[in-house]
Amino acid sequence: MSSPEKWTHPGPDSPPATAAKPTAEQVIAGLRATDEGGADLVQLLTPEGERVQHPDFDIDITAEELRGLYRDMVLVRRVDREANALQRKGQLGIWVPLLGQEAAQIGAGRAMRPDDMAFPSYREHGIAWCRGIKPTDLLGIFRGTDNGTWDPVKHRFHPYTIVIGNQVLNAAGYAMGQKFDGKVGDDDGEATMCFFGDGATSQGDVHEGFVWAAVYDAPLVFFCQNNQWAISEPTERQSRLPLYQRARGYGFPGIRVDGNDVLATLAVTKWALDECRHGNGPILIEAFTYRMDAHTTSDDPSRYRLSDELELWKLKDPIERVKVHLVKQQWADQEFFDSVEADAEQIAIELRDYCVTLPDPPAERIFSEVYAEGNPVLEAQRDEFLAYHAGFAGGEH
Amino acid sequence: MAAPTMDRPTANSTGAPAVQTMTIAKGINNGLRAAMEADPKVLVMGEDVGKLGGVFRITDGLQKDFGEQRVLDTPLAESGIIGTAVGLAIRGYRPVCEIQFEGFIFPGFDQIVSQVAKLHFRTQGRLKLPMVIRVPFGGGIGAVEHHSESPESYFAHTAGLKVVSCSNPADAYWMIQQAIASDDPILFFEPKRRYYEKGEVDTTAAPSPLFASRVLRTGTDATLVAYGPMVRTALDAAAAAEEEGRSLEVIDLRTLSPLDLAPVYDSVRRTGRLVVVSEAPSESSITSEIAAKVQQECFYSLQAPVLRVTGFDTPYPPSKLEEEFLPDLDRVLHAVDRSLAW
Repeated sequence: MSSPEKWTHPGPDSPPATAAKPTAEQVIAGLRATDEGGADLVQLLTPEGERVQHPDFDIDITAEELRGLYRDMVLVRRVDREANALQRKGQLGIWVPLLGQEAAQIGAGRAMRPDDMAFPSYREHGIAWCRGIKPTDLLGIFRGTDNGTWDPVKHRFHPYTIVIGNQVLNAAGYAMGQKFDGKVGDDDGEATMCFFGDGATSQGDVHEGFVWAAVYDAPLVFFCQNNQWAISEPTERQSRLPLYQRARGYGFPGIRVDGNDVLATLAVTKWALDECRHGNGPILIEAFTYRMDAHTTSDDPSRYRLSDELELWKLKDPIERVKVHLVKQQWADQEFFDSVEADAEQIAIELRDYCVTLPDPPAERIFSEVYAEGNPVLEAQRDEFLAYHAGFAGGEH
Repeated sequence: MAAPTMDRPTANSTGAPAVQTMTIAKGINNGLRAAMEADPKVLVMGEDVGKLGGVFRITDGLQKDFGEQRVLDTPLAESGIIGTAVGLAIRGYRPVCEIQFEGFIFPGFDQIVSQVAKLHFRTQGRLKLPMVIRVPFGGGIGAVEHHSESPESYFAHTAGLKVVSCSNPADAYWMIQQAIASDDPILFFEPKRRYYEKGEVDTTAAPSPLFASRVLRTGTDATLVAYGPMVRTALDAAAAAEEEGRSLEVIDLRTLSPLDLAPVYDSVRRTGRLVVVSEAPSESSITSEIAAKVQQECFYSLQAPVLRVTGFDTPYPPSKLEEEFLPDLDRVLHAVDRSLAW
């Protein structure tokens, strides 16, 4: 792993690294996606599956570990595609695809320890997977039967947060609590990860989260998945500066990692979490990636972006490069790839079976657990509602 | 140092008398201190609450005695105060947030409505949000804009929150402790213009549960209902009315969500007349809610429509006009006259 002191911010005299606006020709050619990462992009595995060195970050990875990361990515992609299909079949009201962001999420998720805490937005199905949430437990949110049923304390995985950026402040507070609890300062320390997107960086809550975490030295890794699009708005609509460079203004390191490179994401995130658990947080990671599908199943990307751009990013697919590397290294054989496919198929079957049998919640669920200690006014309203319902039972209506 | 708590009424162990005279401000300060002594997870956080002791000195001396990790001078951003308190509460702390003036709560409104109010329901009770948001509110202090408003109805309208307001030193001392002890998130509205009014506080026993309204004065001709800063106005009106031979009952709501209206119904069934007093604008407000509920529950007892004496449905005016805007003794008595003459 890298030595953190090697990492320096661009100096004040460095030329401003503004996100260059693409020319019309570049857009037409779909080239917006190719000049993206810039010189500071941390990459350890190229899109062609070649291991490359980085002066600050490296990772020792065994064949078994890399096979594990590959398997994780294939399975969460299958979860994602199956859930997307379930929406198309009318079994889910909406789905939020993660397609293309598997490496960013599996790299980050597998860098976490069990005692670390995660605050997701609503696209973090890969993080959920790494935190031990059953894929079937994600479905109720999108079918409309619940708002997420996992135990956030047991899994150390906060509920999905749908209001853009809210969770960043919640994560900052949680990380402050880790510090107040004396859980920061050595290798056994705890840290928190907060997930948000490029669009969220414009939110006041994200700015405030940066401020709070910085002034309280909170053990918090801000993990921004820059997937290039906030629904229809490109990242240039959110920032003149590359997002990772914002960290400098708050006084902590910001690092841009190839979010389609699971090894680089894992290495950088592990480093950042270790820094935080030792008391050197917070840290911003910008995972440079691409949303290969729509914002949600309700969205139509053809209205605002060219398919050429997607075709270009397909060449940088996060899963393919690992597969190529595994084959080249002779770290995996066909039997392995077949077994991963079989596991994926099994998960897809489980998702389908579970989804169609998810019962609608009982009507009184509307009133349940609004308060921890009850509310007599609400209970009276519930009783009136239930009595109204009961009136239909005799069939007189 | 052992100050009184609800479970351990040890006031006398310090040699201090069980019944002390103090201001509302000191009541809250002492209540915060007692809560912090009783539970090391209680934190106080907000702008200027540490060294300065808050712009109203409500947190005076707490940072000196409990340290910077329990009394946090926060960066100047209300969403940050509320949003980080959510994370601290999830981590097991019991944060007490101070919003410096009610007019500055709106940057935190998103966190209050979207996270504070909903996380318990969203997780079906797996996450609790035992946090208190203290809000000095109301006018009458000659302040500039955004320092004199009454935004409590926004929060009473939001499912998942509870909203209370104290009107006297004993309630200030006890209600803040009861709010901190609650596992539900509570908006705690403090009548800032009454901060320095004095009263007796029995530090050995809480006078009432938190979510209970209280009859402060019994009467037979009409009922006055108020909360927070208007309770004093209502009591003054009742005293003045008595000189004219009219007997007014005065009820302090204390809890705005959930409303505890049983004592109001009992009263109106006896008096037949109700005047509700609040500084807040009247449209779609707590006073609207009371009027709606009372006509539903006391329809055949009412001798006159429910009347309201409130601030107007305008932005809060420049302070030279605030005495015209705020309900006062004369406007309350005028409404009582109209009710009695109906």
